[in-house]
Amino acid sequence: MFLKRVVITGIGVVSPFGRGVENLMGALLTGKSGVVEVPALSEITGMRTRVAALATGVDPMEIPRKFRRSMSSMSIFATLAAQDAAAMAGLSDVELQGGRLGVSIGSTIGSPQTMQEFFRDFGIDNSLERMKSTLFFHIMNHSCASNVAQALGVTGRILAPAAACSTSCHAVGYAAEMIGMGKQEFMLCGGADEFHPLTSGTFDIMNAASTRFNDSPTRTPRPFDKDRDGIVCGEGSGILLLESLESAKLRGATILAEIAGFATNSDPGSIANPNASCIAECMRLALEDAEVTPDQIDYVNAHATATEQGDIAESEAIAHIFGAKTPVSSLKGHLGHAMAASGTLELAACIEMLRQGVLIPTLNLEHVDPLCANITHVHGVTNCPIKTVIKNNFALGGINSSIILRRY
Amino acid sequence: MTDQEIIDKINSSLAEEFEFALAEMTPDTTLFEDMGLDSLDVVDLVIVLETAFGMKIREEEAIRKIRTLGDIHTFVIDKKRQMESA
Repeated sequence: MFLKRVVITGIGVVSPFGRGVENLMGALLTGKSGVVEVPALSEITGMRTRVAALATGVDPMEIPRKFRRSMSSMSIFATLAAQDAAAMAGLSDVELQGGRLGVSIGSTIGSPQTMQEFFRDFGIDNSLERMKSTLFFHIMNHSCASNVAQALGVTGRILAPAAACSTSCHAVGYAAEMIGMGKQEFMLCGGADEFHPLTSGTFDIMNAASTRFNDSPTRTPRPFDKDRDGIVCGEGSGILLLESLESAKLRGATILAEIAGFATNSDPGSIANPNASCIAECMRLALEDAEVTPDQIDYVNAHATATEQGDIAESEAIAHIFGAKTPVSSLKGHLGHAMAASGTLELAACIEMLRQGVLIPTLNLEHVDPLCANITHVHGVTNCPIKTVIKNNFALGGINSSIILRRY
Repeated sequence: MTDQEIIDKINSSLAEEFEFALAEMTPDTTLFEDMGLDSLDVVDLVIVLETAFGMKIREEEAIRKIRTLGDIHTFVIDKKRQMESA
């Protein structure tokens, strides 16, 4: 529980459906898939997956060269999303730049594309003579957070969490705690990642990437489906503007939702394989933090990436905590897995589901895996006046995270 | 290369790297005030010129005195002539 109540007043989105939460929701409500075939992947020896969910609607030239020169595409995504979140919240320059606003934005790693370009050139003749001065700013771990702060003139705290698929859930949770403790009044928080074959390849070599739908990309990933065959990697950025409830009221801002609780825990049992008990414990801790009981949760937005083990473990954990009746869906079928951006892209959709009183189903879920049938799946767009939802993210490295959102 | 060809190549290389309009690039154009370059850009400017003309100039003392586009033209033309006569 936070000492100060924390609310969301701005959302910025860069996704396969373009820029803005309206485009995201429009696509989700009409069952669109952002997954496409990526022909370049077929040219990589050993790469079996050839699909990805790539960001669209991005014009890097919107960002002045002075700031853009230190950005790879993930920082460009994050900066545009952060600008949109701040604009939606109606922040003045004083509020944005006066020191009471901080940034909590992470990515899985620094830019893999820039690293590839550097090492390819370096490997030619073991020379640094062609290395550009801004290279480091693309590849440092806090590239997105710093670039957003530079571009927007932020002078408050900077935090750059890195926890792979849990990154943006962490970024939001830690940002809410900072506001809750009174350390900052506003936080721009979330995650960003850029697509690179390294990401797909990482899952492919673990036999966790989707490979059977290369010729019909919109049919994968298939969370909870008996024919699911793994993750489809994506890219983009989701950024939320959090602020204290007092601040939002004082400014007369439109309050989109409240961050009611956050929890994260570590699963030391395996660096790669999820464990239902640890996931359940993470959700239980989040409920405790929000001071709500399982029966008060109206909807579970699952991490569910369409891997064999992950979907089953999460289903077991959800059934253990919430029983069989609480509606559950995953948005990975629409969005793929945008890694560090996935948490906030999906939180953005959850905020809109709360506001619009609607549940979005799991795309490509046609025949529920019997091992995932212990929970209630959302199969079609469903009008439902939900008040409180829980959003899960689980990461390689054994890092679980859950956030509880409440309609305001 | 003629002097004009060298100047044209310098201008087009810098215009591309620093997103500057060719029409606005004159010998009097100052790097810091007019083109808005800073210390990081100057590092990259040297790399752009080294790559475009196949020469090493990073350690040249004369670079530190460059203030205008015209200074770059003169510096590169002199350097090219030195290389050709060496």
